[in-house]
Amino acid sequence: MEPKQSELLDVEAIRKDFPILQREFDGTQLVYLDNAATSQTPDQVIDTIADYYRETNANVHRGLHQLSQEASIAYENAHDRVAEFIGAEGREEVVFTKNATESMNTVAYAWGLAELGPGDEIVMTEMEHHAALVTWQQIAKKTGAEVKYIPVDEEGYLDMDAARELITDDTEMVSVVHVSNTLGTINPVSELADIAHDHDSLIFVDGAQSVPHMPVDVQDIDADFFAFSGHKMLGPTGIGVLYGKEHLLEEMQPYLYGGMMISKVTFEDSTWHELPWKFEAGTPVISQGIALAEACDYLDDIGMENVEHHGERLAEYAYDQLSEFEGIQILGPPGDDRAALVSFNLGSVHAHDTSEILNDFAVAVRAGDHCTQPLHDKLGIAASARASFYIYNTKAEVDKLVEALEETEALFA
Amino acid sequence: MGIGGSDMYRQQILDHYKNPRNYGEIEDATFTHVGENPMCGDTIEMDVVLDDDEQTIQQVAFRGDGCAISQASASMLSEQLHGMPIEELQEMDRDDIIDMLGVDISAMRVKCAVLAEKVAQDGAEIYFGEKNVDKTTTEEE
Repeated sequence: MEPKQSELLDVEAIRKDFPILQREFDGTQLVYLDNAATSQTPDQVIDTIADYYRETNANVHRGLHQLSQEASIAYENAHDRVAEFIGAEGREEVVFTKNATESMNTVAYAWGLAELGPGDEIVMTEMEHHAALVTWQQIAKKTGAEVKYIPVDEEGYLDMDAARELITDDTEMVSVVHVSNTLGTINPVSELADIAHDHDSLIFVDGAQSVPHMPVDVQDIDADFFAFSGHKMLGPTGIGVLYGKEHLLEEMQPYLYGGMMISKVTFEDSTWHELPWKFEAGTPVISQGIALAEACDYLDDIGMENVEHHGERLAEYAYDQLSEFEGIQILGPPGDDRAALVSFNLGSVHAHDTSEILNDFAVAVRAGDHCTQPLHDKLGIAASARASFYIYNTKAEVDKLVEALEETEALFA
Repeated sequence: MGIGGSDMYRQQILDHYKNPRNYGEIEDATFTHVGENPMCGDTIEMDVVLDDDEQTIQQVAFRGDGCAISQASASMLSEQLHGMPIEELQEMDRDDIIDMLGVDISAMRVKCAVLAEKVAQDGAEIYFGEKNVDKTTTEEE
């Protein structure tokens, strides 16, 4: 039976924009299911980068010549485009960084070191990515603040009763992942923001797995800070975004010092440039920023609701197909309530073995702890394999994953 | 379908993984040592009995958990170690292990392949007072 494709997306047309998907390994066509790690890049984004270097390349902000002016305008406008994409007020609230991890560190250092001290508490979740977990853990060690974790229940959901107990007037920062990169859980970040704000705490939302896959409005969520990466949403590597409410960014001191971020410098002291440039020291991520804006255009042309629906349907289909395997362990919530990824262990076969065998069938999945070691420890497993989907994946590709897993199962039986 | 059976998982490796040789414990071992690669979750614990002159390996047993490469490598090594002079064990390196496995090992998996070898080597060095580590790991290598 021919697997039914999503009616929402013209996947065949989309795939034409991604030349890498045509790659073959020993005559077998690539099935790329590692999108939660990094997404592939469409021609439109690749062309934007190439065109920038062919036609516009110059340093920004400081030049009066034509190229520099063009590059500056394109780079600044990219902030506006990204602001629009996530529902921020404007460019003042959008800082370009290296990646989501650097966005996290920017707040941890610029806000955390200044504001946290003994008696203060940072509340995270047990499903937190190392980007947040390690960062706040270490900032807590430096400042004497205490870290607490909202537990994850059997099904892979946050224990919201525990969250209401853990977030108190001592809480200064609630740092939560929007979508778990391991479990596929979609967390109620808006509800968590309300709880945090009831206790005069700030909330930082890690949107690395949400912004690429669903409509996100940072003001609807009422996030104080929000971070994500460009390379998981069709953009290039080397760019991340930090969203922060303007009044918070305004009050914060810079995290990195140097050129571009200053207003007036004397031998004795310096003052800072306006937002967001205050947080973008040195020559910034110019081509990456402009390319990220192009990626936003590409996704909006498809429609983020369609992107979300397509991913969820593939995840549900994969969940149902994988559930047929005897002794399979699937991490996280049921198939009809998860983001576009499925992590699993095939019986007692080690995830690294699974991934290596799948690679022989040109099926690319992730295997390891997915930067959530403490969560894997809690689950009592060393690693898991993860298939993650995006706009160019098809049900037929999920079927190829399943066939390769059948071969794996047979090999290890 | 597909490319077919992997080189890496040739029958021999799968056979040793599914039916590990010398799996278990030796109560009166001359020395016992443990190693693990925490990120992979591979663990190997090895008991070694030396001859009276302490020059030659008489008997080996191991137990462990982890991926096929790490466990098959331990099983195959345990067979090789019987009757091997300690000196020869200490001279083994990763190429010997890859030769022993008889398949290509991707760069990411070398640490799995050489864990058992490092456990045996470190165990002997600790026993002869040449080294002092609690646990062996090959993860950073």
